[in-house]
Amino acid sequence: MYSFEFAKPKTIDEAVAALAGEEAQALGGGQTLLPTMKQRLAAPATLVSLNSIPEMIGVCVNDAGHVCIGGATPHAVVAREAAAHYPALAALAGHIGDPAVRNRGTIGGSLANNDPSACYPAAALGSGAVIKTNTRDIAADDYFLGMFETALNEGEIITEVRFPVPQKVNYQKFVQPASRFALVGVFVAKYADGVRVAVTGASSDGVFRWAEAEAALNADFSKAAIDALSPPEGTMISDLHGTDAYRAHLVKVMTGRAVAAA
Amino acid sequence: MTQVTMTVNGKAVTRDVEGRTLLAEFLREGLRLTGTHVGCDTSQCGACVVHVNGNAIKSCTALAADLDGASVTTIEGMANPDGSLSVIQQAFQDHHGLQCGFCTPGMVMSAAALLKENPKPTETEVRAYLEGNICRCTGYHNIVKAILAASGQDVGAIAAE
Repeated sequence: MYSFEFAKPKTIDEAVAALAGEEAQALGGGQTLLPTMKQRLAAPATLVSLNSIPEMIGVCVNDAGHVCIGGATPHAVVAREAAAHYPALAALAGHIGDPAVRNRGTIGGSLANNDPSACYPAAALGSGAVIKTNTRDIAADDYFLGMFETALNEGEIITEVRFPVPQKVNYQKFVQPASRFALVGVFVAKYADGVRVAVTGASSDGVFRWAEAEAALNADFSKAAIDALSPPEGTMISDLHGTDAYRAHLVKVMTGRAVAAA
Repeated sequence: MTQVTMTVNGKAVTRDVEGRTLLAEFLREGLRLTGTHVGCDTSQCGACVVHVNGNAIKSCTALAADLDGASVTTIEGMANPDGSLSVIQQAFQDHHGLQCGFCTPGMVMSAAALLKENPKPTETEVRAYLEGNICRCTGYHNIVKAILAASGQDVGAIAAE
């Protein structure tokens, strides 16, 4: 990879200052960014590590009962520490990549990258999470703008993600066997104010809510309720791992499994 | 250049590194600890797995400068103090858990991390934990046997396969 300056701030304020520099880029666990830089697809002038900021690491439950995860918390820590508070989220975190990747990759890194096949975007959108940055709170519904695109501004840092805990919830991932990313992943969560269905891996626009399924499940939370539906085929990813029709089919199958298991 | 201090296999080391120096390069080229192998360099194969502050990570996908102050254990730190093989290493030898040996350092480091977390894993749990460690020789059976044996379990059942 190309040479760069390295900064390792100890506080959020120091990180924000470091990221104000020309062509500075935040570094989470680096499980995507470092391979990208090795391929010279990214070449920041300064890399600002967010891994040594204690206030950004850890899992807690706030007064509203929301599970709050620091932006620099590795997946393995979420898998362990969120298990008692939000088991489905902990299980999702515990199945990202492989064990060594989970010890390094972070929730903030995953959400900032917004890979169209990543698991965390489905959890955040499916839970109606709030993405807290150094400047504002962003609702998950306003955060994901498309493949690798988010509402984050230049130099803005995800400091925490807050998840309301659903009454019923399940995440079903159909793993692409080589990459371990989701070929299709569906996160179904039932809250007092309605059901949310978030789909990752399938759409060329990145993670999305399957509104039709949500409406059907609001009326009847059962696998049978979605039997007659068909997910939108036109926007599905089509590549060597699966056609758009195959992915659309998987969306329905995985949604059904998630509802049955919730 | 950034000055980095780590404890590697119990010994304090200080070196000047570039921002882009990977932990694997730091270990192999800086400290000449060449037991840590780099197979794919894209974090798929797991040959480069080491422990950082007790956690298994892929050293080809972490920056040395980011790990200033960390405690690192590599395959060179796995043998017993008298130089004899550790239980896990011995089990790999006893059960022929390697052929060419290239993936073995990573396999042993991942196995050690697994057994620390889960001292009596099932065969399925062992296989799941090795998801990020690729071996192109053995077909994994003998690696799984070795790890089960190292956990003090009878490998008779799987040995019969």
